[in-house]
Amino acid sequence: MARIVLLGPQRLRPTVREIVDELAISGPIAAVTAGWQEREQEDDELAEHLRGSTRNLELYRRGERIFSEDPELLAALTELRSARREAQRLYRLSLDHALAAVRSLEDQRESELAVEELAEAFDAVRALDARHLERVSRLQTAFRKRWGTARRRSVRRQRHEVDAILEGCKAVAIAGGHVGVLVELLSLFGLDERLRRHTVIAWSAGAMALGQRIVLFHDSPPQGFGNAEVWGPGLGLFSRFLPFPHARTRLLVADRQRVAILARRFLPQICVPMDDGERLNLSVGRLARGSSGRRLTRDGTIAELDP
Amino acid sequence: MRLAIREFAASEPIAAEIDDLLDGFSFPHQEGTTTTFVYRGEADHVRLRHFIYGLPSSQPFQRVAETDLWYLVFELPERSRVEYKLEIVRGEETEWILDPLNPRTARDPFGANSVCHGPGYVLPEWTQPDPDARPGRLESLTIASGVFGEKRKLQLYLPERLRPTRQHPLLVVHDGPDFLRYSALSTVLDNLIYRLEIPPLIVALTESPSRLVEYAGDAAHARHLAEEVLPTLVAKLPVDDTPSSIGLMGASFGAVASLATAWRYPGTFGRLLLLSGSFAFTDIGDQHQRGPTFDPVVRFVNSFRNEPGKPSEKVFLGCGIYESLIYENRSMLPLLQATGMDVRYVEARDGHNWENWRERLREGLSWLFPGPLWMVYE
Repeated sequence: MARIVLLGPQRLRPTVREIVDELAISGPIAAVTAGWQEREQEDDELAEHLRGSTRNLELYRRGERIFSEDPELLAALTELRSARREAQRLYRLSLDHALAAVRSLEDQRESELAVEELAEAFDAVRALDARHLERVSRLQTAFRKRWGTARRRSVRRQRHEVDAILEGCKAVAIAGGHVGVLVELLSLFGLDERLRRHTVIAWSAGAMALGQRIVLFHDSPPQGFGNAEVWGPGLGLFSRFLPFPHARTRLLVADRQRVAILARRFLPQICVPMDDGERLNLSVGRLARGSSGRRLTRDGTIAELDP
Repeated sequence: MRLAIREFAASEPIAAEIDDLLDGFSFPHQEGTTTTFVYRGEADHVRLRHFIYGLPSSQPFQRVAETDLWYLVFELPERSRVEYKLEIVRGEETEWILDPLNPRTARDPFGANSVCHGPGYVLPEWTQPDPDARPGRLESLTIASGVFGEKRKLQLYLPERLRPTRQHPLLVVHDGPDFLRYSALSTVLDNLIYRLEIPPLIVALTESPSRLVEYAGDAAHARHLAEEVLPTLVAKLPVDDTPSSIGLMGASFGAVASLATAWRYPGTFGRLLLLSGSFAFTDIGDQHQRGPTFDPVVRFVNSFRNEPGKPSEKVFLGCGIYESLIYENRSMLPLLQATGMDVRYVEARDGHNWENWRERLREGLSWLFPGPLWMVYE
């Protein structure tokens, strides 16, 4: 089972070098920077932090290569993305109303009846989240079955090369970026299974992609209600925690009602804000020693994460 | 509520007490929605000269008896932002000055004004430089214009993450250099791109040597933008030239020019950001009250009202409720909506000025060009 280290964002306060030193990783590290999309290869700084012994898996470039060689697969993937967008749009419409109900009921918890009503409103939101996750999973499964992704020649050749690089690496570092692109490519290259045999260090979108489900969030976007929304399944390397990178800038952490709703809505998962310098060590999916994380609580505060 | 200034005036203050008052309070002084302006100095009259449409533009101060202290009490609704000057009259001489007690000023092409914020107004933090944001760069470009028979210069804002392999959306801005100088456009773009609220946007900052003519609905100006500026930029830069990625923006006459250009070239500019547009029109005949400069504007807007077509796909329309153009902008709204375009209209408690336009940029740009905010976690 993978040893996983989840980190806070690395751009302004990089800590990945300390982790590499501490874990005594003596050998090449495979880097995944596919979330940076067309900037994937601009990884000099990252390589420096990883002590120079980096092998970039170049999943974005390889993905582009596959799609140029295999237009049928690209067309099918475009269709899948479009179906997912529509599913997301419809889910969002329902979600806005369901969360509005939760917020209204949060304001009037004086009576037992209101408390009960609130619990049911949360159940309704959780049911929506679960249904959406299931719908997206179904779409993905149908896509994989119909198009036999792993068996296609274009994919097999690239996977083979990726496997060969991974074979010679002691760990995998997964950077952030576009979480949708990242998780799509990690899945296309079958890394959900392969990563289980490696030490994985991931941050920002990289951390989100490894979890059981991916939740998109921003409390104060320039448009819309800022309701966190389930995007789809992640790679499932851990399930107990839900990472919220850049929490300081993306969440209104002083707004106790918003924090409380987030914490309660995603139970039994623990919502973990991941800011600069924070770190979760996971072993067999559970929190291990050396972690320095926090969690959102049901009373709207942020507390230290219990071991 | 007894206002502090009235209590003070009633106390028959001596000079030292006036000194203490000015040291102890900041002015303009807010008490709820009531704002007190103060001026100290010898004068025959002191007046507040503001730019709020619907109120007398000159508001006289009162002198505190036997002193050189003048004051004016003024109601200012919540979240308002007002630009003003003080008019000081001494004998035959009249001068307009910035409020010496108020450090807040806003610049424009004509100089500067003092600024008063109503209760609850908060300066948006995204208008201020953020050290974490990666700054874009400005470059100059000269285009030989066959339309105008001369070379035209423009500036380009290129986002820090401009990539030749990528296709970036493009926004063409009227009065571009003024937007840079007075609306902090470069800072705003840096911040919104850094926050992923808009994509890395290429911005062409155009200007005109004769804006009151060329921006007044002029066909030559539209031809220059659509047939010279746009093709040049598409050829030189990694621009996504689908209409949904091409926008026009302008304020005042610049908004008229933006709409007129899109109207003359439908299906080319899919995004319009129109701020405090000078959309003067008439319902009967051509006579209007706004002077001869507006004659071509009225002709264009009347033509547009007769046959609006569908010039664009998405339009963000903004106007200050303290400016005279609020009537024209409110009138424009149903007309734009009836064309089938997606229209968003926003009013602000502000006037016809560059900081009002600056403060609409986040909402307007992020609606017209939504960034990858929800998907990107770096």
